[in-house]
This record gives sequence, C-alpha cells and structure tokens, in this order.
Amino acid sequence: MTTLLEARGVSRTFTVSRGMFAKKRLLHAVSDVNLHIAKGEVLGLVGESGSGKSTLAKMLLGLLSPTRGSIHLGGVDVIGMSRLDMARRIQPVFQDPYSSLNPRKRVVSIVSLPLAVQGIGSAEERREKAIAMLSRVGLARRHADLYPNELSGGQRQRVAIARALVVEPELVLLDEPTSALDVSVQSQILNLLLDLRGDLGLTYVFISHNLAVIEHIATRVAVMYLGRIVEQSERDALFRDPRHPYTRALLDSVLTPEPGLGVPDTGLGLAMPNPLDPPPGCVFHPRCSELGHRCRTELPRTVQDAGGLMACHLYDGGVARPHDCLSPLPACGERE
Amino acid sequence: MAPLLSVSGLTVDLATPRGTLHAVRDISFDINAGETLCLVGESGCGKSMTALALMGLLPNSATRRARHLAFEGGDLANVTPRKLASLRGNRMAMIFQEPMTALNPAYTIGDQLIEVHRRHKGSTYAAARERAIELLEKVGITPAGERLGQFPHQLSGGLRQRVMIAMALMCGPTLLIADEPTTALDVTIQAQTLRLLIDIQRDLGVAILLITHDLGVVARVAQRVAVMYAGEIVESATAASLFRKPRHPYTRGLMASIPIPGRTPPGERLGSIPGIVPSLIGEVRGCAFRDRCAFAFAPCAETVPWRVDNEHGWRCTLPEVPAEAAA
Repeated sequence: MTTLLEARGVSRTFTVSRGMFAKKRLLHAVSDVNLHIAKGEVLGLVGESGSGKSTLAKMLLGLLSPTRGSIHLGGVDVIGMSRLDMARRIQPVFQDPYSSLNPRKRVVSIVSLPLAVQGIGSAEERREKAIAMLSRVGLARRHADLYPNELSGGQRQRVAIARALVVEPELVLLDEPTSALDVSVQSQILNLLLDLRGDLGLTYVFISHNLAVIEHIATRVAVMYLGRIVEQSERDALFRDPRHPYTRALLDSVLTPEPGLGVPDTGLGLAMPNPLDPPPGCVFHPRCSELGHRCRTELPRTVQDAGGLMACHLYDGGVARPHDCLSPLPACGERE
Repeated sequence: MAPLLSVSGLTVDLATPRGTLHAVRDISFDINAGETLCLVGESGCGKSMTALALMGLLPNSATRRARHLAFEGGDLANVTPRKLASLRGNRMAMIFQEPMTALNPAYTIGDQLIEVHRRHKGSTYAAARERAIELLEKVGITPAGERLGQFPHQLSGGLRQRVMIAMALMCGPTLLIADEPTTALDVTIQAQTLRLLIDIQRDLGVAILLITHDLGVVARVAQRVAVMYAGEIVESATAASLFRKPRHPYTRGLMASIPIPGRTPPGERLGSIPGIVPSLIGEVRGCAFRDRCAFAFAPCAETVPWRVDNEHGWRCTLPEVPAEAAA
C-alpha cells in the first residue's frame, strides 16, 4: 500500500489572550501527532470536543500550518505546495451543509467552481462535468439550477460531496459529514460515501464523534484526546479489543438501540481537563479508571505492538511500580 | 390511579407567511407518576413544540388546542398565565438542550438556583442556599459551596447541564420535561448525564418526558415510547415491545437506518427511507408517510385507523405490515 498522506510529529499551538493585562498563554491544540494514510483506506478520526480533530483536519487540508512537524502528501512536503495544488489533491466536506454552500449561487455553479479555480475546461464543459457529478451523487438534472435553500439538508450535503469530488481529488476529508442530518438521511449519505469510495477508489479521512458511524465506515481508527492520538489500530482490532482506557470508556458510552441494558457506567470521573492548563503526566489521568502513580508525572510514550499504536503506561511497563503501593503517597488507583 | 399528565387531542398550529403550519396534529398520551416516556422523531416532527405547548411556552405565532389537558389532576388547558407560571419550574420543570443559552451568563449559578426556590417556595435565602448545595452535591458537582459562586462560563458543558438538572429539581417537581438534554454533549458525558437522570428518577420518583432523536438513548432510558412523524404520533409502545417488533413502516425504516455495532456488518449498505418529510403547511390528509412508504396504496390518502395490539399502538392503513418492511 502506498502512503498517500503522512504526518510526522505534527503539533499546533495557539496564543490565547486571557484579558488585557494577563499574560498570553499557549494552547496546545494538537501535540505530536503521527499519521500514515494509505491509498484506498478510510481513516476514522474519533474524539470529543476539544480533542483537536478539527485543528488537525485544517492542517491536513493546508489551511493551517503546523507549529512543529511536517505533513507530506504523496511524498512531497506540503509546505512547498501551492494552495491550488493542495486543493486539487485534498478536498473537504464539512458538517453543516447550511453554512458551507454559498446561498446566492445555483447548485451547478457551486459544484463547477473548483473546476474554474483549477482552470479546467471551458464553461460549457465545466457545467457538463458538474451535472454529471451531481447525477453521480444522486441529484437530478433539475436540481442543478436551484439555490441551496430550495434543497433539503441531505440534498445539500450531496451538493457538498459533488463539489469535493468534481476535481477528482486523491483524498477527501469529511469533517462530521452526517452529524447535522436526521437519522434516515444520515444513512443515505453514508451509503453514498461507501459507494463512491468503491467506484472511484477514493481515500477518506472521516472525522466523527459517532462511534457507530466510524465502525461502519472506517478501515482504521485513530482516537484523539486533548490534542494527542492515544490509540490507533485497524477497525476490527479497535472495536473488538479496545485497549486504551479512554477508548474503552468511549466504546462503553455508545448507546446501542437495545432496550433493557440501561445506561453504562463508563467509570470516567468528572474532572474535565482545561486545555490551557493540561494535567501533568498522561493528559487523560484525571478521568482515568486505571490511574497509577506513573500516570501523574510521566507522559506515556507511543508504543506499537501487533494490535496497533497506543500511548498508555499500561502497555509500556505498567502504571505503577510495586513500591508505589506501599508508600504514603496517593494510593494506587485512587481517584482524584 | 389517574396519570400524572394526561394529554388528549393536542394540536399546535403556527401562523407562517405561507399559511398555517400544523406542527402538532391531534396527539394524545399519558405519563404516570415516576415513569419515563420518550418522544422520538426527526427534526420538524413536532416533538419540541409538544414540550413547549405543555409548558405554555409556545411562541406568539402559535395556537394551542386540546380536548383535554390535565396535570396532577388539575386542568392545564384553561389555567391563567399566572397559575401556569406558578406550576412551571415548581411542579413541572424543563431541561433544555443547550445549557449555555438556558443559563443566565451574568449571574452566578448560586444566584440562579436560589432564585428558583425563593420565588416558588417563598423560602429564606439561607434555606434556599442549603437546598442548592444539597442538589449540586446530588448531581455530582463538588465542592458545592464553592461552585455556587461560579458563573456558567466557568463550567464545562457537562457540568452546566448538571446545574440545569439541579435547577430543575430545586422545587421538587413531579414532572421533568427534558428536550434533547444530552444532544450537545460528548458521548462519554452523555452517558454520565443520562445515568444521573436515571438515578435521580429512581431516588426522587419524578416522571420524565424525554424528547430525543436518538434511538440509542430511547432504548436505554425509556419505559414507554411515542414515535412522532410529521406532527403525529405514529406508534406508541413500551420500549421493549417497540424495539422487539416495530409496526409502523416509518419506525422500521428508522431502525434500519442506524448502524448497530456488532450487528450491522461494517461497510454494508444501511437501510434508508427514500424521499423527504412532507410540508405541514395547509391541509394534511391521510397518512403523512405514504409518499415515502413502500407499502402505500390508495386508501392511505384517507383517514388512517389507530391499531392496537395489547399495549402497542400504531397508525397504519394495513392491519399488518409485511415483515421485510425495512427495505
């Protein structure tokens, strides 16, 4: 499998002002992220709000440059690449099809705009190409001359997908593409994305907080927490045998439509981390159910084994050394 | 025993520039003391309008009609606004989806919790403060005494929603109306918040009307479920019965649309419901789902009967929809 996109040690910080006289502080939105995306795969990126998924997505799209680390697309560093070149190879689809389409343009001009930007074909050819792509995503010819507000949410998201695919990109970055849609429409869009991937040989980065959707569509999954990837494995391995305590809690939290099972106890604490003041050691330790002494002080390394990658002391020598349990310091497993 | 809340023939019409929108069309349901009823449906099905109609919080463009509307044995349809205001937040309380917009950003959470109690119960400041501390502890916000002095923006989304729950409980209501209470929260926080709601219900015996679009939440929390489509209740049953044997083609379509971990083979096509929700402006006749239904035939345009099998009811022209309905 050829690597299409590779991120090495990518970090991004933002300077945050905390009032007129307060000192500016650094917010670490993404820290030391390594990713390989092979041609033809669907990488599911999972995480809760504030985990840095969207910042990472912007960097992958070339809309934001990393503070540290590098991103290579097809073996070429994206820093040297022009915006036009990037846009030809990576295209995004965003969450909200109500705000991501220009309300004053007709559908056909929205979809053909990327072609015009790239200088592909004559106006007539671009229109034909756009209409062909619209029919590929399941919209009729009569939809081409409508405005976005004349379409339903699902139809708008189809327009956004057509716009992304019309320049035949290698990679499509889907940022919560079905989260704003109703359940019955969500399944139509997921079916469409699966069909398109099979027919056009596309590679997706699929960002979502919905684990059932990720399990359905992704081939490999990376779990983010507070700017870091804490676990990364093949889809089946991750869902069958989640190993990082955060991944386990996430999977436990999924409410499948099975009555009588009640609401699961995730074992997570309520201590939500402040991204401006991240906890020392493992960033997940204040909420972790398997907290040990090492977790409070030592940042876990990312280790690899047959199952995948994870950043947790449990898989790198254990969370506590035996003498920790005998010391008068906070006891092993004690919750903060 | 008479139900805690009894709704019969509730209708909400909204005046829009394009005509009258029939947001809620002749719905009826009961909630018994201490039970959880889920109203489930997609956007625009009228579930939130139903909640607002019960609380008397409809927008001015809306008109509400009902054959019968009773709460705690008293008539709710014809009460004065003053009487309704004394019930609201007191005997029946509401939790909204977005705690940041439901809380006042300019007051501390203590001020807001204490005000509810003083206003409805006429209690002293000290007594109300004690009650606020008790409830913050109950919803897991500690140290409660210090938290009282914090402003909403100083809390995370999950904690804010807990404050909303504490506020709703301040006066010891018998009915809690929760409109998508966990939709804006992350999955792990959603599970924690729902557990809290269930624990509180068990401890305090409060009834919950939970409004959601999420079938996973419905399955795990509800005792009884009413499925809404286009302003109507199209199916109503116990959660166990609904998920074991959904009868209405719409309910079946919904259930086939969601990938279920461990059951739906990854990458396979999901079921879906073709078409879109019909407009509810102007006269709506017959089954509103017929344009999207695989089993529709001419009589579906006429009045559709409400069918009942034990405690499971649904609205369909066909006495029995073939099992392979979820196409």
